[in-house]
Amino acid sequence: MKSASTFMIIGSALLLGLFIFPLWSISLEAPQYPNGIGMNIHLDGLEGKEKHDLQNIDGLNHYIGMSKLPKPDEMWEFSVFPKVVGSMAALGIIIGLLGFFKGISPKWFLGWLVIMIVLGVLGMYDFNNWMIEYGTNLDPKAIMKMTDANGNPLSYKPPLFGTKNILNFVAHSYPHTGAYMMGFGMFLTFLGFWIGNKKTKTVVT
Amino acid sequence: MNKICKYILAITALTIFVSCGNNNGGNNSGALASSKAEKVYVAPGEHDEYYAFFSGGYSGNITVAGLPSGRMLKEIPVFSQFPTSGYGYSEETKPMLNTSFGFVPWGDAHHPDISQTNGELDGRWIFINENNTPRIARVSLATFETEEIIELPNSAGNHASSFVTENTEYIVAGTRFAVPNPQRDMPINEMKGQFKGPLSFVSIAENGRMNLEFQLNMPGFNYDLAHPGRHKSHGWFFFTSYNTEEANTLMEVNASQNDKDYIAAVNWQKIAEYVKNGGGKRVPGKYAHNVYDEKTHTATSTMKDGVITIDPKDVEGAVFYIPIPKSPHGCDVDPSGEYIIGSGKLSTDLSVYSFEKIQTAIKNKDFVADAYGVPVLSYENTIAGVVAQPGLGPLHTEFDGKGNAYTTFFISSEVVKWKLGTWEVLDRQPTFYSVGHLMIPGGNSRKPFGKYMVAMNKITKDRYLPTGPELEHSAQLYDISGDKMELLSDFPTHGEPHYAAGIRADIIKDKSKKYYELSENEHPYAAKSEGEAKVTRNGNEVHVNMTMIRSHFAPDNIEGVKVGDKVYLHLTNLEQDFDVPHGFSIIGANTSEILVMPGQTKTIIWEPKREGVWPFYCTDFCSALHQEMQGYVRVSGKNSSVPISYTLDGE
Repeated sequence: MKSASTFMIIGSALLLGLFIFPLWSISLEAPQYPNGIGMNIHLDGLEGKEKHDLQNIDGLNHYIGMSKLPKPDEMWEFSVFPKVVGSMAALGIIIGLLGFFKGISPKWFLGWLVIMIVLGVLGMYDFNNWMIEYGTNLDPKAIMKMTDANGNPLSYKPPLFGTKNILNFVAHSYPHTGAYMMGFGMFLTFLGFWIGNKKTKTVVT
Repeated sequence: MNKICKYILAITALTIFVSCGNNNGGNNSGALASSKAEKVYVAPGEHDEYYAFFSGGYSGNITVAGLPSGRMLKEIPVFSQFPTSGYGYSEETKPMLNTSFGFVPWGDAHHPDISQTNGELDGRWIFINENNTPRIARVSLATFETEEIIELPNSAGNHASSFVTENTEYIVAGTRFAVPNPQRDMPINEMKGQFKGPLSFVSIAENGRMNLEFQLNMPGFNYDLAHPGRHKSHGWFFFTSYNTEEANTLMEVNASQNDKDYIAAVNWQKIAEYVKNGGGKRVPGKYAHNVYDEKTHTATSTMKDGVITIDPKDVEGAVFYIPIPKSPHGCDVDPSGEYIIGSGKLSTDLSVYSFEKIQTAIKNKDFVADAYGVPVLSYENTIAGVVAQPGLGPLHTEFDGKGNAYTTFFISSEVVKWKLGTWEVLDRQPTFYSVGHLMIPGGNSRKPFGKYMVAMNKITKDRYLPTGPELEHSAQLYDISGDKMELLSDFPTHGEPHYAAGIRADIIKDKSKKYYELSENEHPYAAKSEGEAKVTRNGNEVHVNMTMIRSHFAPDNIEGVKVGDKVYLHLTNLEQDFDVPHGFSIIGANTSEILVMPGQTKTIIWEPKREGVWPFYCTDFCSALHQEMQGYVRVSGKNSSVPISYTLDGE
């Protein structure tokens, strides 16, 4: 039970990596940008890959009427997400410690993981909604109004996950270090549950 | 019969042999030529291995090329107005061209030299001298912009310059045209013994700032070229001089009579010590010192007066003359600092002096004469060796760091490779035509890079497609990595390069600035956002603080300007990305455009002369909507009551 709890503690503590490392990365490539241009999405705001990338992305996007990238105080997510992640990490560590010292059931580990998965899916859903809004809510006075073959306005929504061509750019959207740490951490908590559960069963038999 | 056949066969073989070997000229083709092509080919998108900085001579500027491709990368304006960027036209850069004679729009740029640390190129700055109105400039190798220009008073023809000591302690300036010092009204033919040839020593601070420390008031010969001692001879400077005859007319004849002229050997460390201890005398001398500030993007010109002058007689053991055959030009010091090569341009031999022998001769007071109180060392006891009859008209020597020297011969139009120490000629290659200077990247340091050599030729003639009577000068690139020099390519250069400096690209390319931080812009009229843009009137002066960003100006409609106003157009480029300049020009402005780099502010003055509505526009194709980057200024009559107003998109 001690090793299972250790997995739970380490796994949930890995969430704290999100306070240091970015959650997601969106990068853009075009011939005129040989080194690329892009941004990292942190829990509490956006950050350019290079110092002025956000401003330069806004500068490019104004031609097609996209709104400016949000500042931290312009989206509730940037203040709520750190609290949620911080609380979940704390909760996970407490559950792990209780498992370690008090021997509470590993089902608590699973319970924590289920909540984490639900929150993660909600987060992705929210992120995707924002990207739809960002990519389709265009200024009616946009300099360039591009339409698809059916005459509908083009969407400039970056992919949630993967690579997509947007006009002259190729956009790559993938998880960054923070997300990988979180994913690995969640896997560890599952391992914690699995090992703990097996041992509990052995004891019962 | 059989014998005759054999004879004919032998002759045929000989002919083939001779014609195979005889391809030095320009007739290369086939496999050999294609391997040369590969050596200078830099594939699209790839970078050259070396930067080469060519002086522009009468262009007054520096051109930057890549080696081995020979592709021109940039022209850096230094001593001449440059309408391409607005240098010397914009209000911020006009002070750079200020002198004690007032604004001088042009200069004659000669010898670039890159800053050094421990005798190796460090790539912080490049210095260059101006010959006509004696000046030295310092150019940043991070921004490739001229940051400072200092004038040298009491001097004329600053040719023996700008050569930097091995820790960038000092840079020198010479006097090629002996003049009265101080200047005064006197008969020209009484020059003998009256004229002087001051040598100026300018110190360089950690931040690059130059300061005129002292002038060595030498006898009135013509100090032509110079080089600092390095390594073992660090602390000394060597200058060639001609016209020791002190002739004042028909110089080509009258200054060529003496069998020997002089190299001046100067122990600058001793003199600096002397000055530090209060030596020397402060004399008048008006000069401009112009400094460009990267934060305000503005130059200021300060007029200074007075310089410490030193009589060479007063500092014992610091200044000596060494005889050198006939009107020397180049004065070059090998990487070890032991050999000083003097090129008597009317002599057929090269004289190489030994630093150690010079020191011994000084110690033994082995003096053969005295020139205006300066001891003259004996030729025989200072000479290390003579490269006998290598060619005609030797001018300059550079080194490859492998014990070899390369000397240019103007009259016989060739570069000769010879060995230091044995003085034997190893190879010779023709140049096209009449080579002046040559450059090996790092060749003027303890550690030359020794891979390429560039010959800078004075005569171009038929090397390229003809372009009328006036031709650009021509350079030739040689591969010197092998035993024999190999001519690789020809490429035209801008103006008249009198010298060049080369450096391995990786030493500086990653430090190259991409744009200026807008947040650090301290220009008093900068508008750092569209919200800060404004137009203000102060009497008949109108200041427009305007922003530029892809693809509009703010404001772009201005009213209330009147005929007779002096309109200051201060343009700030709000972009913060690499290679997004914007330009600005307005109809009827009696000046150049300005090209404004991201984060920078530049100003031009416009004095509207006629009523009307006058357009302005962006001169640099900045974006897909560059053509739309334009605006209007309404100009009303002198006594009109139209108030100042300015808008962007009607707001």
